[in-house]
Amino acid sequence: MTLEMLPFLLAFMLLVIGIYAIIAKRNVIKVIVGLLILDYAVNLVLILMGYRGSGDGAAALAPIKTPGLSEQMMLERAVDPLPQALVLTSIVIGLSVAALVVALAIRLYDKYGTFDTGLMRNLRG
Amino acid sequence: MNLVPLLVAIPLAGGFLMPILGRLSVRGRSAAVLPILMAAAMLVLSVLLLATPDAKTPPYWVGAWDFPVGISLVADGLSKLLLVVINVISLLALVFSLDYMARYTKPDLYYSLFMLMLAGMNGVVLAGDLFNLFVFLEVAAIASYALVAFGTEADELEASMKYLVLGAISSAFILIGIAVMYNVTGHLNWAKIAALVKAGGGPTLPVYLAAAFFLMGFGLKAAMVPFHAWLPDAHPSAPAPISAMLSGVLIKACGVYVLCRLVCSVFGGHEPFGMALLVLGVLSMVLGALMAIGQSDLKRLLAYSSISQVGYVVLALGTGVIVLARWGGDPAMESLAFLAFFAGLFHLVNHAVFKGLLFLCSGSIEQATGTRRLSHLAGLGSKMPVTGWSLRAGALAISGIPPFGGFWSKLLIILALVRAGADVHWGFYVPAALAAATAVITLAYYAKVQRDVLGGDPSPAVMGARPAPRAMQVASVALAVLCLATALIVVPAVRVRLVDPAIHVLAGTASGSVSAVVQAPAGAADSSVSETPAVDQENAAARPADEPAPSMALVEREVP
Repeated sequence: MTLEMLPFLLAFMLLVIGIYAIIAKRNVIKVIVGLLILDYAVNLVLILMGYRGSGDGAAALAPIKTPGLSEQMMLERAVDPLPQALVLTSIVIGLSVAALVVALAIRLYDKYGTFDTGLMRNLRG
Repeated sequence: MNLVPLLVAIPLAGGFLMPILGRLSVRGRSAAVLPILMAAAMLVLSVLLLATPDAKTPPYWVGAWDFPVGISLVADGLSKLLLVVINVISLLALVFSLDYMARYTKPDLYYSLFMLMLAGMNGVVLAGDLFNLFVFLEVAAIASYALVAFGTEADELEASMKYLVLGAISSAFILIGIAVMYNVTGHLNWAKIAALVKAGGGPTLPVYLAAAFFLMGFGLKAAMVPFHAWLPDAHPSAPAPISAMLSGVLIKACGVYVLCRLVCSVFGGHEPFGMALLVLGVLSMVLGALMAIGQSDLKRLLAYSSISQVGYVVLALGTGVIVLARWGGDPAMESLAFLAFFAGLFHLVNHAVFKGLLFLCSGSIEQATGTRRLSHLAGLGSKMPVTGWSLRAGALAISGIPPFGGFWSKLLIILALVRAGADVHWGFYVPAALAAATAVITLAYYAKVQRDVLGGDPSPAVMGARPAPRAMQVASVALAVLCLATALIVVPAVRVRLVDPAIHVLAGTASGSVSAVVQAPAGAADSSVSETPAVDQENAAARPADEPAPSMALVEREVP
């Protein structure tokens, strides 16, 4: 295993932590935090997929057209901009889901006076 | 002029106009006028699309960016069939809402969410690349989370919460699948990915990995059995027209459709994928029906039966994929695969119609009596004759009684499986027997529904029931008539027009040829094949089949 695999390992760990929180936690707020962690893990995977280190150890460039940069250089060195665009969209979607789920949690709290899913009727498991 | 983008643009515009109209105090029944007009317009559009041959409906490139960079909306045979189904059910559900939503506050917001969900579903069916598929999927999903919670009672909120959490997990899996596919191929356009997967000598290990993620993600969306936990809570909690939309079309557009599109068109219909569909289908079919028997709540019973019926669809499609993948060249086998595909799609159409009808009827009944418990509903048939007869038609259709469409589709599914068992491999007799057994179970629990709800003397809850309002009756009667009319799809002349283009999309690509029916404009698909350097194909041939392909993306990206 090389050092480059490390960020992927991190993303995988985040993924597992997120799923664990969603499945095992009884508090609605903790489940929501789990959802957000899961979301970030996936976004991290997307970003990592777009990263291309240049073989000689030099840092990758941002995919922005700058005056001193030839097209050839861009193609060789710059990271892939497409996953970054996707991640932007995915973050916006994640935000709207988060807003909705928090609104639901607040309404549930109004009904039950608790965030404990164990005390709600059919939310167990 | 290209009509395809209108199918997404109209409901999207509707979604954002409705809250404004609500501000202008267009409330109550008048709020439904605009959505109904829009849905009718979209139905006309989608029927027009279905009537034009595939060659005359080129993909629409958003912003005029061309293949393979641009975002495309593609209407091929399969998409068109789904579009018609979606828009028929949504129009009737909206007509039903006209009277049904009278007891809820804020109808403008309800219609707004409804139109957003519709835009999402139309978009999913039309999307020509993976990422826009994901975006539309989320539009539909978020709107449906909110719609499930629309009643804002404790049950509805809980169901919506459960649905949302599982939906978010499935979206995460789907996004990882997309990331993996992008990493392997360097493209998101389906035609391009399909060409690259084929050029790489069939699916490689990373492709299988992506497929596993997709299977989990879309399996959750389609509520296939290991992933079904959310459906029996979410679908009954929504307002009845929304239940009809969710069970009737959403799980098909966002789940089944995408699964078979990915398996057949994108991954090239290889046997392991077909096998996965077959297993999921059998599990859902049998377990869904078994779980439905014990239900005492009408809508919950209908929800479990949705799982079971979608299982039939997926089972038939999986069978077609397997047969075609292994015995592709043989004409007899191809006709068998066609039969399986036809039976699956036919059942999909049927299920949308009769499950929509049954949920609408359950809405009428709940509104009139205030209960959904089967044991409290005896004698309803005499009090609400129109609803009673529509419910009877739906129940007969779903349990497969001869004149109805449901009979023919189930018969064809079992027939295809038996033929596969006789001609291909005896193993197919097992799903065939299970499918027949499930049909009997289905008949049993719908007989129970009919006996409990329609027969007997009126119970106290039913005594005060009055016939449903006019609009609700119109919607259910229209669907009941459609239940009978779908039987006509069996007639070859009708089949050729309606379903055959869709079968060709499934089969034409399932046999491995990336033909013009996939999204690419004519010629582009071919050029994308030849564009892939021959070196890559040699690489593919040289390495062991199940070793990961050296990223095809690299080859692609180095081309300036």
